[in-house]
Amino acid sequence: MVPLILLVGRYLRPANPDPKKLSTYECGELPKGNSWVQFNLRFYVIAILFLIFDVEIAFMFPVAVTFRQWVTSSQAKGVLIFSEIILFIAILLIGFVYAWTKGDFEWIKGLQKKQIDPRFRGDDLK
Amino acid sequence: MTSLPEFLKELFESWPLLGILPVWFYSIVAIFGLLFLFLFPFAGVAVYVERKIAGDIQARIGPNVVGPYGILQWIADALKLLLKEDIIPTNADKKLFILSPMLIFISGACAYAVIPFADNVILANLNIGIFYLLAITSMVTLGLILGGWASNNKWSLLGGLRAAAQVVSYEIPVALSILTVVLVTGTLDMAQIVKMQGPFYWNIFHNPFLFISACIYYIAALAEANRTPFDIPEADSELVSGYNTEYSGMRFAIFFLIEYAECFIICAVATTLFLGGWHLPFFDLSSLTLGLRIPLQIMVFMTKSILLLLTMMWIRWTLPRYRVDQLMKLCWEVFVPFSFACLIGTAFWMVLFKGKGIPELILGLFVS
Repeated sequence: MVPLILLVGRYLRPANPDPKKLSTYECGELPKGNSWVQFNLRFYVIAILFLIFDVEIAFMFPVAVTFRQWVTSSQAKGVLIFSEIILFIAILLIGFVYAWTKGDFEWIKGLQKKQIDPRFRGDDLK
Repeated sequence: MTSLPEFLKELFESWPLLGILPVWFYSIVAIFGLLFLFLFPFAGVAVYVERKIAGDIQARIGPNVVGPYGILQWIADALKLLLKEDIIPTNADKKLFILSPMLIFISGACAYAVIPFADNVILANLNIGIFYLLAITSMVTLGLILGGWASNNKWSLLGGLRAAAQVVSYEIPVALSILTVVLVTGTLDMAQIVKMQGPFYWNIFHNPFLFISACIYYIAALAEANRTPFDIPEADSELVSGYNTEYSGMRFAIFFLIEYAECFIICAVATTLFLGGWHLPFFDLSSLTLGLRIPLQIMVFMTKSILLLLTMMWIRWTLPRYRVDQLMKLCWEVFVPFSFACLIGTAFWMVLFKGKGIPELILGLFVS
């Protein structure tokens, strides 16, 4: 689909490139350096957490599908499957609470922990 | 319970020429019909409506030049974008730059396969419909981060990184609220989920926890589609345009189109899962004849979805943008615990009342 649209467009639209037009857009300034530099992968921890949660959810789906059937069939089966779900989630939640208390969900974690130089704290302004 | 191609085949069985055509012919017709007659015009009209609403909210007129009330604006926009020069920056990674809009388009368009517009009007009646939807919409992240990276632009890179972190995080509340619905319905089949709800037993009224998880789904899905107030990946005032800064012409149009297509998918899924799909309360549509039933069901379904879509636009032009750290905090420290609580709460309700929802329980009081 996309190649088709772009192909149709190719014969309709103008194409007169020049080096300035093809340069990287940085609000009209000349671009400084390459943007493929080392950057702080802040969401690295979040990505790992996401992976764990997503796998958990994927494993929960088969349970969820049979859940209704078990619950409506008998009381004992319902209690059994309910306690299984609770156990499954509880194991994950322990890790979740650990990550929370470690402060992994704070985007500006690195900045908060840094000690501020007392000279710049502004105490002497008072 | 059949899909749209099989249904079309059955419908034209007795016709002289159309009857002998194979099923794959009908499925191709159905796919192209959906793409050209629904997806593209719908996204265009949605853009027009959004601009009009934005105008009303900000006490402006909005588009009013092309056609009466500016109603042809979206056609003019599409033509303009088609005729614009296509620029690929020299510093960009060309292959990935071209691949990114395609990936996004594929994931956006494929999601339409399992949207049940009416009884039998569903492109592919998968028995793992909602699971497929979760998987296919996650592919958008890949496209966004590739686009952001390949542009070799600082704005794009920052936008792409933010988009990846955000979409990935909000995937969890979305998946958990879908899981809550699956607990209640006991099936992953989209058409079956709608059938289960019937005219009265909409999932949103099943129990109080499901009501909360419907709200969580809607808000988290807003964040997943990068809509305001969660549009930090493309925050215009700080990142120019985020991951699609370097894209121009038709490639940009694809990003834009899929954004609106995705918004509709969110609303359609919310309608299917929580608001009873094509069912009207107090009126059983399935008793009508075929010719009357299917247009009515499509109309009911579309009305519900479009009401949700309009709410989305209303939210966009009313609320200010979140900050990155607030956004992550909101997801992990509010939505995830709450959606887990809703999941356990719903499971408990199911065990306690043997799978009966509030409407059924109230009805049971009157019967006995």
